[in-house]
Amino acid sequence: MSIDLTIKDLHISVDGNPIIKGFNLSVKQGEVHALMGPNGSGKSTLAKGLMGHPSYDIDSGEVIFNGVDILEMEANERAKLGLFLAFQYPTAIPGVSLANFLRIAVSATRSNGTNGSEENDLIPMREFRKELREKMAQLGVDDSFARRYLNDGFSGGEMKRAEILQLAMLEPKIAILDETDSGLDIDAVRIVGESVSGLVGPELGVLIITHYPRLLDYIRPQFVHILLDGRIVESGGWELTQTLEEEGYDPIREKHGIAETVQ
Amino acid sequence: MATPETKQIDELGISKDYQYGFHDDVKPTFKSRKGLDEEVINQMCDIKEEPDWMREYRLKAYEIFKQKPMTKWGGDLSQLDFDDIYYYVKASDRSERSWDDVPDDIKKTFDRLGIPEAERKFLAGVGAQYDSEVVYHNIVEELDKIGVVFLDTDTALKEYPDLIKEYFGTIIPSADNQFAALNSAVWSGGSFVYVPPGVKVEYPLQAYFRINSENMGQFERTLIIADEGSQVHYVEGCTAPTYSSESLHSAVVEIVCKKGSRVRYTTIQNWAGNVYNLVTKRAMAYQDAQMEWVDGNLGSKLTMKYPSVYMMEPGARGEILSIAFASKGQHQDAGAKVYHCAPHTTSQITSKSISKDGGRSSYRGWVDVAKGAKGCKSHVVCDALILDKESRSDTYPVIEIAENDTKIEHEAHVSKIGEEQLFYLMSRGLSEEEASTMIVNGFIEPLVKELPMEYAVEMNRLIQLQMEGSVG
Ligand SMILES: Nc1ncnc2c1ncn2[C@@H]1O[C@H](COP(=O)(O)OP(=O)(O)O)[C@@H](O)[C@H]1O
Ligand SMILES: [Mg+2]
Repeated sequence: MSIDLTIKDLHISVDGNPIIKGFNLSVKQGEVHALMGPNGSGKSTLAKGLMGHPSYDIDSGEVIFNGVDILEMEANERAKLGLFLAFQYPTAIPGVSLANFLRIAVSATRSNGTNGSEENDLIPMREFRKELREKMAQLGVDDSFARRYLNDGFSGGEMKRAEILQLAMLEPKIAILDETDSGLDIDAVRIVGESVSGLVGPELGVLIITHYPRLLDYIRPQFVHILLDGRIVESGGWELTQTLEEEGYDPIREKHGIAETVQ
Repeated sequence: MATPETKQIDELGISKDYQYGFHDDVKPTFKSRKGLDEEVINQMCDIKEEPDWMREYRLKAYEIFKQKPMTKWGGDLSQLDFDDIYYYVKASDRSERSWDDVPDDIKKTFDRLGIPEAERKFLAGVGAQYDSEVVYHNIVEELDKIGVVFLDTDTALKEYPDLIKEYFGTIIPSADNQFAALNSAVWSGGSFVYVPPGVKVEYPLQAYFRINSENMGQFERTLIIADEGSQVHYVEGCTAPTYSSESLHSAVVEIVCKKGSRVRYTTIQNWAGNVYNLVTKRAMAYQDAQMEWVDGNLGSKLTMKYPSVYMMEPGARGEILSIAFASKGQHQDAGAKVYHCAPHTTSQITSKSISKDGGRSSYRGWVDVAKGAKGCKSHVVCDALILDKESRSDTYPVIEIAENDTKIEHEAHVSKIGEEQLFYLMSRGLSEEEASTMIVNGFIEPLVKELPMEYAVEMNRLIQLQMEGSVG
């Protein structure tokens, strides 16, 4: 049985402003979905709301992970179930090395993960190091990366690679990638794209959030959705990205009677 | 002469001097009565068989102490009752306390820190005898070969009276402040270290291994002399909560850094919540000498401690790294003082404080540049992390500059644990408590990485315990 994330008629507001207004989607392990939408359409709000950010208020709707309603769960409980979010803007944690953090995070989230950060609660150092080194090599990052403080002074590209490194290490079931391609140069998009594509398989379902289809050249989604005004207005296959690229969002806005909001 | 006990000691090859105050279970124990007067001091000098000059020194300090008004700045000392304190307790007396009397939370902490049984008892003040005496003895033997002296100050007064007399109280005179006067009157224990010219001590000297439980006492007195071009790192305290039934700890630490020497003095202390920890620490650094204080303060009811460096000659450098963690009912008034008394001297102060559960931490700093001390540089960074609305952090920096040609920088930041930081870490599977602990450990990491490895590990674990609220 494959695991799925199912979102039903979800409404999310921030500071009392409704941002997500009736969102429906189901992502299964093994599937790749792309969610496209212009700036300010609510993509990140959706992503953080799904992960359990405390300042994003869920007004109504359901979010079901593998048959379990997760809306009352803290972010860490959702992570332990196998949900992952690659942040559009990752937060710096000064003084905490990427390696130390990842060892605790990996130990906490992997299926047989235990809690705590005492030495014997953690995955063995040797095993961890070996795996980390391999995965860093795949992402084309230097060994010294592991010793740097988490996202502290990272360039845009380094941050995104660190997010994908975490994705690779934590082995979630369903991953949401929030604009992992933005702010990257062409080479970096290729590296990140190929890495994610390497991770996609029967064990992992992905929701790729983007407003440019660049990343999608490396990871072909089976499903493409367009988000406008807080809900999906169009769903289709690969051809939808082509239409978007040629015509932009305006014809879709017009079709659905949605005015362009100025951000 | 051979009682069964001394024979055993001879077999171990331990110098008989180290029996002093230790294996003497047969000797009558002594505890002065509560409160302080000349008689108590005289009694103490008699028992310790001290030279007359030290007796006079103590009595004079006591006169000064009596005249000093109660310290009004820093923290609240109004509950401190000088008449309700034992000023001299002989080491063997401490062994009367039984393990059962040690509070449960302290025992639990020992468990969590993985402190060996024998050390626990020692740290809890239960056993006067500490199994590491053999370790200590080996260290002393090694040090002896390179001419380094590492003794408790009482023994040093007997074995090196001239050195003690030359330096004792020259860095911190009795009249310096109320608590320096008190310590000068009633001091016991502490360490004496002398490093000869050009000698570099490769490993940290740890007070931890010292066999004399008086070392952990209330009024210890430490004197370190680093001769020209020498190098030494001294480490005192340990991260286990130092359990003491006495409520006042008032130490004095004096350090002489001669030309071209380098001294680092590391302290990690975690006092029980009833303790007033009022310590005076000062170093004088001469030409091109470098003095570094690394000072970690946890626990206690009130800590007032501002390690200082006087840079007396050109090229001297003073560095102070201070970490304070104030939890419920605690006030950490910590900081640093640097005095640029000569040209081309440099200093760096880094202070990191954390306040939690209504705890209060204050940074109190003093940067002084004397007239004519041209080309001095001082850089001060104070970072405060406040974990909740009930907690508090203040900074009281004073900068006194009598010379124009100087460069002084002062930066202060106060931060709270950000919601975004917590969410980020929690989205990776860490609980809220694990996430905040990680953020706090990250916050003090720049200082923790300066600690010897085992202390760094314990420090991180200790922060974890503090975050659980299971200590203190
Ligand atoms: N934390 C926040 N506080 C206030 N407004 C927010 C916050 N997050 C998002 N918004 C608002 O919600 C809308 C959607 O933003 P966002 O989800 O970031 O869009 P996208 O990721 O699609 O660019 C915008 O109008 C934005 O200003
Ligand atoms: Mg966004």
